[in-house]
Amino acid sequence: MNDMTPTREQREAALEGMGCKRKRVEDIRFTQGKGNYVDDVKLPGMLHGDFVRSPHAHARVKAIHTEEALKVPGVLAVITAETLKTVNLAWMPTLAGDVQMVLADGKVLFQNQEVAFVVATDRYAADDGVAKVVVEYEALPVLVDPFKAMDADAPVLREDLAGKTSGAHGPRKHHNHVFEWAIGDKDLTDAAFAKADVTIKEMISYHRTHPSPLETCQCVCSFDKIKGELTIWGTFQAPHVIRTVVALIAKIPEHKIHVIAPDIGGGFGNKVGAYPGYICAAVASIVTGKPVKWVEDRIENLTATSFARDYHMTTELAATKEGKVTGLRVHVLADHGAFDACADPSKWPAGFFNIVTGSYDFPVAHCVVDGIYTNKAPGGVAYRCSFRVTEAAYCIERAMDILAQKLGMDPADLRLKNFVKTEQFPYHSALGWEYDSGDYHTAMRKMMEAVDYAGLRKEQAEKRAAFKRGETRDIMGIGVSFFTEIVGAGPSKNCDILGIAMFDSCEIRLHPTGAGIARVGSKSQGQGHETTWAQIIATEIGIPADNIMVEEGNTDTAPYGLGTYGSRSTPVAGAAIAMAARKIKAKAQMIAAYKLEVHEDDLEWDIDGFRVKGLPEKVMSMKDICWAAYNSVPPGMEPGLEAVSYYDPPNMTYPFGAYLCVMDIDVDTGVYKVRRFYALDDCGTRINPMIIEGQIHGGLTEAFAIAMGQEIRYDAEGNVVTGSFMDFFMPTAVETPHWETDFTVTPSPHHPIGAKGVGESPNVGGVPAFSNAVNDAFAFLGSTHIQMPHDFWRNWQAAKSLGVLA
Amino acid sequence: MIPGPFDYHRPASVSDAIKLLADLGDEARPLAGGHSLLPMMKLRLATPAHLVDLHGIAGLKGICRDGDRIVIGAMTTQAELLASAEIGTSLPILHETALLIADPQVRYRGTLGGNVANGDPGNDMPALMLALDAAYRLEGPNGVREVAAREFYQGAYFTALEPGEILTGISIAVPPAGHGYAYEKLKRKVGDYATAAAAVVLTMAGGKVASCTIALTNLHETPLLATDAANAVIGTTLDDAALKAAATAARAIMQPASDARGPAEYRTHVGGIMVMRALQRAASRAS
Repeated sequence: MNDMTPTREQREAALEGMGCKRKRVEDIRFTQGKGNYVDDVKLPGMLHGDFVRSPHAHARVKAIHTEEALKVPGVLAVITAETLKTVNLAWMPTLAGDVQMVLADGKVLFQNQEVAFVVATDRYAADDGVAKVVVEYEALPVLVDPFKAMDADAPVLREDLAGKTSGAHGPRKHHNHVFEWAIGDKDLTDAAFAKADVTIKEMISYHRTHPSPLETCQCVCSFDKIKGELTIWGTFQAPHVIRTVVALIAKIPEHKIHVIAPDIGGGFGNKVGAYPGYICAAVASIVTGKPVKWVEDRIENLTATSFARDYHMTTELAATKEGKVTGLRVHVLADHGAFDACADPSKWPAGFFNIVTGSYDFPVAHCVVDGIYTNKAPGGVAYRCSFRVTEAAYCIERAMDILAQKLGMDPADLRLKNFVKTEQFPYHSALGWEYDSGDYHTAMRKMMEAVDYAGLRKEQAEKRAAFKRGETRDIMGIGVSFFTEIVGAGPSKNCDILGIAMFDSCEIRLHPTGAGIARVGSKSQGQGHETTWAQIIATEIGIPADNIMVEEGNTDTAPYGLGTYGSRSTPVAGAAIAMAARKIKAKAQMIAAYKLEVHEDDLEWDIDGFRVKGLPEKVMSMKDICWAAYNSVPPGMEPGLEAVSYYDPPNMTYPFGAYLCVMDIDVDTGVYKVRRFYALDDCGTRINPMIIEGQIHGGLTEAFAIAMGQEIRYDAEGNVVTGSFMDFFMPTAVETPHWETDFTVTPSPHHPIGAKGVGESPNVGGVPAFSNAVNDAFAFLGSTHIQMPHDFWRNWQAAKSLGVLA
Repeated sequence: MIPGPFDYHRPASVSDAIKLLADLGDEARPLAGGHSLLPMMKLRLATPAHLVDLHGIAGLKGICRDGDRIVIGAMTTQAELLASAEIGTSLPILHETALLIADPQVRYRGTLGGNVANGDPGNDMPALMLALDAAYRLEGPNGVREVAAREFYQGAYFTALEPGEILTGISIAVPPAGHGYAYEKLKRKVGDYATAAAAVVLTMAGGKVASCTIALTNLHETPLLATDAANAVIGTTLDDAALKAAATAARAIMQPASDARGPAEYRTHVGGIMVMRALQRAASRAS
């Protein structure tokens, strides 16, 4: 070896593989304004569409007058439900097994519902046309309060379901009932409660909010009448699913539909579903023969396109007087709005809410979810979380604090006492999941040590005494949260969307010079897949990450995948990438053995190539193998070096983490200050620590927003009162607290590289940490539970109701 | 979020602007920074047929000292106010307040004249103008007149401006050296209007409040001059009882709307707290 020979460390570093804080390659274009988003798509002759929307939350549509709109210069067409009926598209199926109006068919069921679609030569003309459409409404009684939805005299919302006593998920017990979903053992749970030393019961609401990505939902549809082909550029988190849905409902052969999801400016679950805008733009293109663009504005996005949460969880815990939990009982009233448009795996109408036992060893549990209709926008999407996992984590983490308060125990001690123990993994929960791996006690103790938990509690005790002496008007809260997620949907045995198993896929093609392309069925919306997917490949097959181009989002080129949401990309697509790489490696080993004139079994892998066992100088690099694959493969072997893998995961993965929030609240104004936030995450193997940290920062910021003020709120008439960023709390860098991040590593035993997924953990774990901090701050004044969001005026109201305002 | 059609005019002088507004009538609106008008147009809540952009009028910008008064051109931006050493020395409360308006991008475009002339009860500068007893220069088809800020605000978006008139300048007497000042603004986030805010300008003598004016933002359909509240502290050492009396007197004239910032009861309560905090901070700055 001469001095120029790179060391092993240098060779490994040159790959920028797993574990490397590789800079995000996509940021080169994003930071220079060179991204290519849907609204950047401009086609010759392209038309623009925009909606006439309902000002009413519930009304009969008596007539729609389009004559004046059609006289506006540039307006070419006004599409209504009557138009759509001619192509059988006035209604569309939802992913949750319900149907949804594309355009108002006889009535409207929520404010800002789509009523008519105006198509014009430019966006200004379209909106001028919208202003000229006259709709005659007859107002109907409005149903806003979910707790009144199943009253006997509640207004009938879904007249289309009249007489239907069962829906996609079983029997319906009321005209506004969607489904009842029950899981667990009721009798055993009732028995546990009957003999419990201590029980608690609290109605814990997780209010309605919205994912609100920076880029709203949008599409360009272009129908080629000659070829009979439809091309759709759209903000799609799951482009292949969109292609299949379009094929099924528009009756266009699937190979004649091209779905392209270009760069996406954030999704957070908002861009999984199919929305009326997509259907209307496609129909408008078919009708006019021209490309049609639809771009929703912020108000439309917030008020009409998929809310999140709105779960009202009556939660009961049973425990011994020593603080060992013995049972969990939850009843959820799930407000789905006007249509059940949840984007859950088809068999899971309440998502994976049965992760509600959390990180604790509950011997028994029983959970019932009742879905109901109200006069609100449809949605129920997984806002930066796996399906309904955030609701479940909030429910159990709030309930554990309430139980600790009743027992007079420290909330951290109560958690430590009830954690699933490391030796219990794989752990079978009372509500049916098999947790793959975990080390909860280590994570919790690391967190407590890092923040000096005992010291914080001591300080809090002193502050409380000072408050009672009248020396301060600030109260201090310490919010503990320990969450277990369930991500990586999912195994075909229990997860599908419209009958399509929730696998994911990767195709890797290596070129002769040692570079290549990987096409993946996932779709980044900012997660940094172009960076991290290449890192997996770099480590697996020894080609530098910089030499791997990652491509996603084009259904003509990418293998079929189920897309990116629910932290599924690393658990599922990430596994497919590793498995495809391993197929390549296996062929590469045969080629290397042939070229080195040894038996395959005599070779061993060494960072970026193969070497002959015992003869470290006799090596063949992957780069050289790539060349050989195209000119001198062993006799009988096909040339080329490429592989495809479709990965059906054997199980979900279960990331977890320990979070802590320290907050001070001024009782006179309700103004809070987050003094400290510590987040320890265990997502198994860490592919890119810098990207993980970025994901944690982003998710914590969303969690902060949700817990402390972000909501979609309706008044009694069903008007949305938080329909813009003026009132829908979107924190800026100024409001956002400083984040401290930390980690432990407990690999998934069943995942090829041991990774679990991380993007959504901070939203799942963060919300209870903030809410528990607020509740903990007020607890010594006699409060048990204060509902979110904890914005200033509600904090003040809590202080007032506790009698601490002079 | 797409405005309707309108014609755009860019006059080069105040007289041209006034003539345009007179000729075009009710369908025309003057355009300053646009941060109130353009969002309303995008929502089609405002549909002016003509916009008369005042940015082409050089004479409407600038800050100058005229004896014991500071005269500020209406088209002077918040950023220009912040960059002015004269304002920093003579009227530091304008700096404190400008920094609490929206965010830097908005402050580069938003003007003092637009902020005070629009009549939006959420705007921050009008309360300062009441506290400082500023005078507004209004120019219109019938000539030039001066109106005290304290006489200008009549209701939400209703002011003493006559049809065709433009607010062209603001004149403020320089408060005495050693005066204390504070603008206390409670808001939900950067860029938000006040949940409640209070402006205080005072002088101290011998440990007691010698003079004091207090004005309130977003606690009524117009900015409010809280005269009784100010009188409650003059002659006191700003002890606890005086502060509470000021808060009580201020709360008595507040009539905020219930909105997403909180119910009226909350906004009134914190309005009083803003008064107390502004008084304390202003006193701590006075010499």
